[in-house]
Amino acid sequence: MSEANAIEAVELRKSYGEDVQALDGLTFSVPAGTVFGLLGPNGAGKSTTVKILTTLAHPDGGSATVAGHDILREPARVRESIGVVSQAGGLDREATGRENLRLQGQVFGMGGRDLERRIDELLEQFRLADAGKRLVREYSGGMQRRLDVAQGLVHRPQVLFLDEPTTGLDPEVRAEMWDEIARLSGAGLTVLLTTHYLEEADRLAAQLAIVDKGRVVAEGSPDALKRELRGDAIHIELGSETAAEAAVREALDRVDGLDQIIYDENRILHARAEDGARTVPAVLAALDGANLGVAAVTVARPSLDDVYLRFAGRTFGEAEGEDQQRRTDSEKEATR
Amino acid sequence: MKALHDTRHMTVRHLMALWRQPWWIAVSLVQPVIWLLLFGALFKSVTDIPGFGSENYIQFLAPGVVVMTAFFGAGWAGMPVIEDIDRGVIDRFLVSPVRRSSLISGRLASWSLTTAIQSLIIVALALIVGASFSNSVFGVLVLIVEAILVGAAFGCLSIGLALLIRKEETLIAAVQFLVLPLSFMSVTFMQKSLMPSWMQTVSNFNPLNWAVEAGRDAVTAGPDWGSIAGKTGLLVAFLCVCGFFAMRAFRTYQRAV
Repeated sequence: MSEANAIEAVELRKSYGEDVQALDGLTFSVPAGTVFGLLGPNGAGKSTTVKILTTLAHPDGGSATVAGHDILREPARVRESIGVVSQAGGLDREATGRENLRLQGQVFGMGGRDLERRIDELLEQFRLADAGKRLVREYSGGMQRRLDVAQGLVHRPQVLFLDEPTTGLDPEVRAEMWDEIARLSGAGLTVLLTTHYLEEADRLAAQLAIVDKGRVVAEGSPDALKRELRGDAIHIELGSETAAEAAVREALDRVDGLDQIIYDENRILHARAEDGARTVPAVLAALDGANLGVAAVTVARPSLDDVYLRFAGRTFGEAEGEDQQRRTDSEKEATR
Repeated sequence: MKALHDTRHMTVRHLMALWRQPWWIAVSLVQPVIWLLLFGALFKSVTDIPGFGSENYIQFLAPGVVVMTAFFGAGWAGMPVIEDIDRGVIDRFLVSPVRRSSLISGRLASWSLTTAIQSLIIVALALIVGASFSNSVFGVLVLIVEAILVGAAFGCLSIGLALLIRKEETLIAAVQFLVLPLSFMSVTFMQKSLMPSWMQTVSNFNPLNWAVEAGRDAVTAGPDWGSIAGKTGLLVAFLCVCGFFAMRAFRTYQRAV
């Protein structure tokens, strides 16, 4: 295994009960000093991955190292090297911000002036200097989230895990949080970020792995992943209730330069073309010729959504919906 | 060493939380006051039953109330643990180098301190309403130690159950299921010789009963120190078993996340 990698996960497997296969051979590696994104819909297995890599949960199979330590053989060493910001946060609401940070530092063997200085530094960095003496219960959602991240950094970890750091935040607060996270990188810290926001992964992660149903379906930088999708994305919503997939495909057979055709269950046709603007008229003519009415047409530069569609075979929104049930099941298993 | 340090830090955390809600001590005293004053007055004539022995029911009841209050309070030790689980606090500690044992011992240490204060208040109250405690300070000290021992043991059970079931409603049901029956199958309210014989047998295996018998004996004139020491030993052993159970519960908890 390469020493330059802060995280190596190999063929991780984990199931909850008999029905829910949370991880199904998940493999990825994170170069040290980068922000790496695990992107996927809810229920894709991102949180399970974080739980396993942070030694909270045991994998059923596979192996992993974090900061050079094997998660199964040296869990204590792993714990000393990592900071974890879970979805639930883990703050004591009945304590002050400062007390929360202090306890976290003490648990890692810090103390005295050094710890108090570090706490001042973090409260300052996360714009909580005035709130340090207030109970966390009185914090706003954004403040709590910033304190969550500060808490994960008290002991200067090598690897920081951020599990869905902006879920449930207002758009404005989310944008602020992105600025905070963006500032973390570059200090030699490795950050593993999980998110189900395409925009968040696009904006923060230098490298990312797209996770679907417990597997990595694509890996690379957001730009490289988008580049892999040559040309433009064309989305056409068909108006006819009865537009059968076979009929649609047959009609499109005659159109040149159309690629990667996917027809989803909402009667939306997704395809790629070298030059979208030139191809669309031919596509519309072909559909018209087959008596297939068109309700709406969109041509767009490739986005991560298209990347997801390409590799997972369904749109991100669809996956969120489909996996909702899976997630509910796995949560039932996991938390109750 | 690390375990001691961690325990100290966790104890401070819980004491600070308590410090911010001092009214909690007053609330927690409502129940023992009711037992002592209302129950004590209601069953005043119990002492007239031939063979009861003691002449003053408050006198008889007070040490029992001290132990029972600690026992009832400890039964709920798992509730804040469930809140910690829901808020991710437990998970945060489990992925840190903190010693797991300190997550239990820190709670028990802060709980023991408040229980000691609570017990002293109940003793003072009992003195006011006419009870007397023999063997002065040492007797009362032993009484409080017995209360804390049995409480700590059931506190461990409650914390362990909290980690296993992770649902407040279920924990409440489990605690209710244990607490009152164990109280009635002990000498807290009634002289042993007047209990039905099957209950007498059960009470021999009831840790709460060991604590009440030893505690009451310690504040009664002419105590049997040997028997008190024996029961204290049993309670320590029981506490160890419960502590082991709670530690194991962390593992089961982690297998479920």
